[in-house]
Amino acid sequence: MAEGLYDGGALPVGARGRDSVGWWGMLCLIATESCLFAYLLFGYFYVALQRGPAWSPEPHPSILLSGPNTAILLASSMAAWWGEGGARRGRRGRHLAGLGVAIGLGALFLLVQVFEWRAKPFGPSAGSYASLYFTTTGFHMAHVVAGLAMLIVVFIWSALGYFTPRRYEPVSISIVYWHFVDAVWLAVFTTFYVSPYLMA
Amino acid sequence: MSAWEDARTPRTVRVASDFPGPRLQEIWERRPGLVGWLGDVDHKEIGKRYVLTAFAFLLLGGVEALMMRLQLGGPNLRVLTPEQYDQLFTMHGVSMIFLYAAPILSGFSNYLWPLLLGSRDMAFPRLNALSYWIYLAAGIFIYAGFAVGRGPDDGWFNYVPYASRTFNPGLNMDVYALGLILLGISTTVGSANFVVTFLRTRAPGMSINRVPILTWGTLTASVANLLAVPSVSLAFFLLWLDRQFGMHFFDAAQGQPLLWQHLFWMFGHPWVYAIVLPAMGMVSDGLPTFCRRPLVGYTPVALSTVATMALGFGVWVHHMFATGLPDISLSFFSGASLIITIPSAVAVFAWTATIWLGRPVITTAFLFFASMIVLFVVGGVSGVMTASAPVDWQLTDTYFVVAHLHYVLIGINVFPVLGGAYYWFPKVTGRLLSERLGRWNFWTMFAGFNLGFFPMHLLGLAGMPRRIYTYPAGMGWDTTNLVVSAGSALFAAGVLLFLINVAVSLRRGAPAGDNPWDAPTLEWATASPPPPYNFAVIPSVASRHPLWEDRLGEGQARSRLTEGLLLDHGRETIGTSALDAEPNLILEMPTDSLAPALLAAGLAALFASALFKAWWLVGAAGAVCVAALVLWFWPSRRHAGMPETADG
Repeated sequence: MAEGLYDGGALPVGARGRDSVGWWGMLCLIATESCLFAYLLFGYFYVALQRGPAWSPEPHPSILLSGPNTAILLASSMAAWWGEGGARRGRRGRHLAGLGVAIGLGALFLLVQVFEWRAKPFGPSAGSYASLYFTTTGFHMAHVVAGLAMLIVVFIWSALGYFTPRRYEPVSISIVYWHFVDAVWLAVFTTFYVSPYLMA
Repeated sequence: MSAWEDARTPRTVRVASDFPGPRLQEIWERRPGLVGWLGDVDHKEIGKRYVLTAFAFLLLGGVEALMMRLQLGGPNLRVLTPEQYDQLFTMHGVSMIFLYAAPILSGFSNYLWPLLLGSRDMAFPRLNALSYWIYLAAGIFIYAGFAVGRGPDDGWFNYVPYASRTFNPGLNMDVYALGLILLGISTTVGSANFVVTFLRTRAPGMSINRVPILTWGTLTASVANLLAVPSVSLAFFLLWLDRQFGMHFFDAAQGQPLLWQHLFWMFGHPWVYAIVLPAMGMVSDGLPTFCRRPLVGYTPVALSTVATMALGFGVWVHHMFATGLPDISLSFFSGASLIITIPSAVAVFAWTATIWLGRPVITTAFLFFASMIVLFVVGGVSGVMTASAPVDWQLTDTYFVVAHLHYVLIGINVFPVLGGAYYWFPKVTGRLLSERLGRWNFWTMFAGFNLGFFPMHLLGLAGMPRRIYTYPAGMGWDTTNLVVSAGSALFAAGVLLFLINVAVSLRRGAPAGDNPWDAPTLEWATASPPPPYNFAVIPSVASRHPLWEDRLGEGQARSRLTEGLLLDHGRETIGTSALDAEPNLILEMPTDSLAPALLAAGLAALFASALFKAWWLVGAAGAVCVAALVLWFWPSRRHAGMPETADG
């Protein structure tokens, strides 16, 4: 109906899943935050190349904690995705269980991260590597906290019965943010834990 | 209120002169009192607030410039101390570039977009209000520092190591750093709003090859902001960590000072285009109205807008030619900076051809739009000169660069904005600005500008460095500097004439009617000033010039302006597909809300307490922000089929 008056049938009132403007808004937020991390990682590689191989106090960072922790975060994303399917199908148990497991695994990731921070022999002001390490992983942890807060609020709203198979866009919107937080971790992990082996 | 419907066939009606005003008026008008004012989310009100606030910052930045020109009017003057001069030239740059140039265009676009697109509001009205309140808070934040002598004093580009704590121990730089991060939040949410509004809320039939060029300009700038603003916010955050927490990003001993310049200009150069492309769009839409013909080359202009921006992400190193980077890097970025002139010039030829082929009606708005072409060419040519690395080595950090950037920013931002003010003032207020005073206004500003800024090229070629607070006699700069100071005073007098014109015309201007310029686009199809709901029915669009279709005779199809979708079950507008604008959703628009103002206040308090490292206050302000967000996004009970309570 490009030129005339509207003669189609009934239109959905308000958002339907990924048609909601909120979903599109979240994609904008994800785009800008992805750039934030891209600039942070640019800072890492730029300083690394400028200062040369002796720059890092840990040329071979251990993946003993961060490796399994990566798997935990990915599993959390999977659980959220599974829970979203429950919301779409109106299966309340699966909806809540998926969100609940995602929140639990996300919190576990955070705990392991704090543990790893405390185990580092240097603090954030020890040098530019240390500043970059703590700032980048700190930024990521802040995003994990924000994502968890969203998931928890949505979990409570879900438990209170605010969502139906027709209207559940806050569930999808918070979960896509959670996927983004996980995807960014893969970039951070590759930069700090994998690239030193490739550059050495 | 009836029960919520899952889906509905929207009713199509034909509007008589005042139908269905009262009902839509009741749905869309704001509630009375202070609470109504604070909670207003109408894009027209927010647009006006943006424009007024940005103009206030323009005047502040202008007064700062005049004080500097007083100091530089002759050799060895002592009107200002060096410290005062440092804060003034920095605050001048910060005010003009961050607090005026971008927000004024956001203001115009906020006011105009839904009217241009045939919609009832932006996609996220509450986000729009948030964007404005944070902008206001950030402006006050930075100026509060300046007021107590703690304003930024290292130039708006804020290079380390001058900006590091070793050389700048006061809170000046921390005020700037935190203020700009706060402003970045405003820019980001505002940009997301423009992007989604463009993609989802255009009137039925307004496919992307039919939108006004202004929306192309603002869309391009908004996408660029989403990609570029994180760079400068991050740079300022890292600087704050360096300064206050002993980290080592930018210090020469352990970090890399040039990292600052990279992060700053990776943002800074796209930003330069972000603060001119929407203004160029205003010219592309306004100028043809006075040439009595459509813009020549709509498609090349739209495409070159996007192409300029895309290339604009690859030229940042031309701000760093003198920093000792390798030749290969200089060659690449010099080449990119030369190539970018090609898409930039497309619009210049399109405007010239439009005037050439049209029958120009010389109004004040036309004069501002047309003179912008001249100033753009001057600023563009000096830009091409400095894109060549050897020329740049000679001219960098001289007044030549000052001349260049003022020709670009005043020429392509201030002149189109003034033209836009003359063009759209009747739509906003219902009254025309005085044309007689307008001529005086234009010619005073045009003469003052060229008298004030053209000689700066010569000063630069004669070797006068930027940012010096005074200079000795006998350098051959004395007379030229006096001319520059006189020119800037004349320019300021021109701006004053504009203010007088606005003040007088608000009360005594001739009534405008709906379409005083006989213009072709949708904003002129509704009343002046428009009602809170913009359009009584949603128009459907069949061409780029819905109001000129009969005389242009392009094809058979006609836009429908008085017959269309009514959408009066609460605040609603139509959601359409991203490319072809086919209706696919009835969008439920939010009601007025205090949550945006509350969130902005919480964020401002958070940044202010972070400045003084009052961590428990930071925590309290953060809690306010979280509470505001939860309230904001609280889901509707209606949608879930739950019994209704008083919630939103």
